[in-house]
Amino acid sequence: MLRQLEGSAAVARAVAACRPQVVCAYPITPQTHIVEGIGAMVKAGDLPGCRFINVESEFAAMSVAIGASAGGARAYTATASQGLLFMAEAVYNAAGLGLPIVMTLANRAIGAPINIWNDQSDAMAVRDSGWIQLFAESNQAATDLHVQAFRLAEELSVPVMVCMDGFVLTHATEQVDVPTQAEVDAFLPPFEPRQLLDPDDPCSIGAMVGPEAFTEVRYLAHAKQLQALERIEAVGRAFGDAFGRLSGGLVSPYRTEGAEVVVVALGSILGTLADVVDDLRRAGRPVGALGITSFRPFPAEAVRAAVGDGARVVVVERAFSVGFGGVLATDVAMAVGGGAGRVSTVVAGLGGRPVTERSLAGVIDDALRDRLEPLRFLDLDDQVVARELARMAERRRSGPHAENILRDLGGAPLGPAAGARPTPERRAGAPGGEGR
Amino acid sequence: MTTQPVRFYQVGSFAVGNRLLDPDQRTVQADRSRSNALTSGHRACQGCGEALGARYVLDAAMRATGGRLVAVNATGCLEVFTTPYPETSWQVPWLHSLFGNAAAVATGVAAALAVQGRDDVRVVAQAGDGGTVDIGFGCLSGMFERDDDVLFVCYDNEAYMNTGVQRSAATPPAARTATTEAVGPEPGNPFGQGKDLPTLAMAHGVRYVATATVAELHDLEAKVERAMGVRGARYLHVLVPCPLGWGSDPSDTIRVARTAKETGLFPVYEAEGGTVTSVSPIRRRVPVTEYLRLQGRFRHVVGADGTVHRPDIVERLQQMADATVERLGLDRPAFGEGGPAGTGSPRTGEAVGTGNPRTGGPAGEGATP
Repeated sequence: MLRQLEGSAAVARAVAACRPQVVCAYPITPQTHIVEGIGAMVKAGDLPGCRFINVESEFAAMSVAIGASAGGARAYTATASQGLLFMAEAVYNAAGLGLPIVMTLANRAIGAPINIWNDQSDAMAVRDSGWIQLFAESNQAATDLHVQAFRLAEELSVPVMVCMDGFVLTHATEQVDVPTQAEVDAFLPPFEPRQLLDPDDPCSIGAMVGPEAFTEVRYLAHAKQLQALERIEAVGRAFGDAFGRLSGGLVSPYRTEGAEVVVVALGSILGTLADVVDDLRRAGRPVGALGITSFRPFPAEAVRAAVGDGARVVVVERAFSVGFGGVLATDVAMAVGGGAGRVSTVVAGLGGRPVTERSLAGVIDDALRDRLEPLRFLDLDDQVVARELARMAERRRSGPHAENILRDLGGAPLGPAAGARPTPERRAGAPGGEGR
Repeated sequence: MTTQPVRFYQVGSFAVGNRLLDPDQRTVQADRSRSNALTSGHRACQGCGEALGARYVLDAAMRATGGRLVAVNATGCLEVFTTPYPETSWQVPWLHSLFGNAAAVATGVAAALAVQGRDDVRVVAQAGDGGTVDIGFGCLSGMFERDDDVLFVCYDNEAYMNTGVQRSAATPPAARTATTEAVGPEPGNPFGQGKDLPTLAMAHGVRYVATATVAELHDLEAKVERAMGVRGARYLHVLVPCPLGWGSDPSDTIRVARTAKETGLFPVYEAEGGTVTSVSPIRRRVPVTEYLRLQGRFRHVVGADGTVHRPDIVERLQQMADATVERLGLDRPAFGEGGPAGTGSPRTGEAVGTGNPRTGGPAGEGATP
């Protein structure tokens, strides 16, 4: 049944319908509403058989989930940004131990400078941890992916991270079809652990492994991710059969047939991209979009098939590898071949900066005209950067970047991308300025 | 899994408990049918106090729970020397995750067991002093505060031994470690630092807190049994000498542990809900030099023959021991009515004093009530 819900509330209900047995919570924006929602359900007695544990840090949240999962319980937590980094050691550990924990990542920028708004730097920071990473395009997808995540995680004994853009999805209220308890019960079998702390059959979990076997143990993690490539597709199809709507899978192509430019992206930006593609197609421009639902494992074959042989590829990313460029773009380039001549990275929407249809259309237009460089920062204010670089060249103690730039901007909040470039008049009128 | 039966090769010695006693007075270790939770063949050093302590504690906990036990382990010597791939010395279900999260992992296991209706199975978390007082303290404090149903055992060998004897917040003043070398005008670990974890546990209002050493097997086993009889957060702090890190003779492990107690440097006591309820009195008080001279880490202070090189440091350490003895009334033959007070409990609001016996800081702060 369709209901008007905040994304976080929809996810909380979907997770609850999966009958988690241990949920650990530590607050961090923009994830907090999800665990608050589950906590309220547990407190009210609506989730019998679930322990809700308020822990003292994200490191503890993942650690409690590790213990709970090894103890045979279905375990869930949620985090974002700094919280994910603070739990990073345990994130790797959960994957290394092969514990099927499900976690929501409400994607948010990583400081410094501290920034609570959306980008996907956090997910990229644990790209190589061994977790399956699924990205939601919409709140419906986020809701559905959680139900699939538990099934995938437990089938494969691999932890699954469902990534949903912070605020853009978590705090957006829209119509969502939340799976019912009966539907989820029919789709998601009870958790049968592959390894269990059981006095009747004791085993040691987490032993020291030296060079003689470490490669093999790590390879098995890779092998399970390769299995996941098949299972993600299969579970997505099974979900579609059971729930009557398409959801999940490895990739979601949008009007890629005959496209000369295919824009590849993760997460909620795909909604905007679909609109841009529609506009350009109406104008006779041959463009398409490709959403990557499964970032890890990376579906190289599916990407290659969806992009085709000839199309130029533009990867729009809400994150980048400082000192190099695209993270997703690197994977896409490996998948489709052709390198930087064929694949461009567009870094967009960092720290919550809106990614507008106009800016995206401009990028695609440049790509169609072969004018798009290998790496572009969308809506970057070159003048602000130039001014700070000049200040650094001028004085040794030029001060902190963030504060200097905010002073240059006159303390005005960032507007929409097109308006994010302050006028010279505003800058001239800003307090402070050169010489200070 | 295959289990390895107990073999006694030191019959009648303290190592297996005094088997000359009446059967009902014998230790768990003296019982051939004990679980042997940590079996032989592991890679601990000769004379390792931690290996002894872990076996004593887990066998006693297994006895107390009828074998319904899960152990969670922090990274450290105990984890490394017991599980060299593909072997394991653990004859209990055992989980190692990370260095700093044993308490939280144990919380998760306990929650999982409870929610599945398996709460006949009990959880013990174990860590060294680094995994307890330093890197593991955040998770431990959280576990204490939430009153999770876990017995957390710290095997305290007073430094990071697994990585090569670096200083921890449990390292005593003046002790040489690889990061507090015995050089300069103030050699070894500085005075006035360090954490007294049992007192911090008491300040959390932890239901049952006890200290013990591997020298007193009956006492240690009784405390484990008592701890397993309580639901909620419990803390056991066991002094386990480390021949490698302390520069003591492997055959002296029990002697060193006993001397630590008999000098007053390591007080042995129990507390419930934040209040000290019993102390283990010192039968034959000895000066701290008797303890220091057994250990290479204090060689710059006292020679092996008892020659005092740094009387000023000996005096400060003796003051620490005296203050601890005074504070807890350890010189008394038995614990009496209205005895020494424990720390205040935020849960009960009982007003009582505390002190830090570890630090021995300037102006005798270790004795501050």
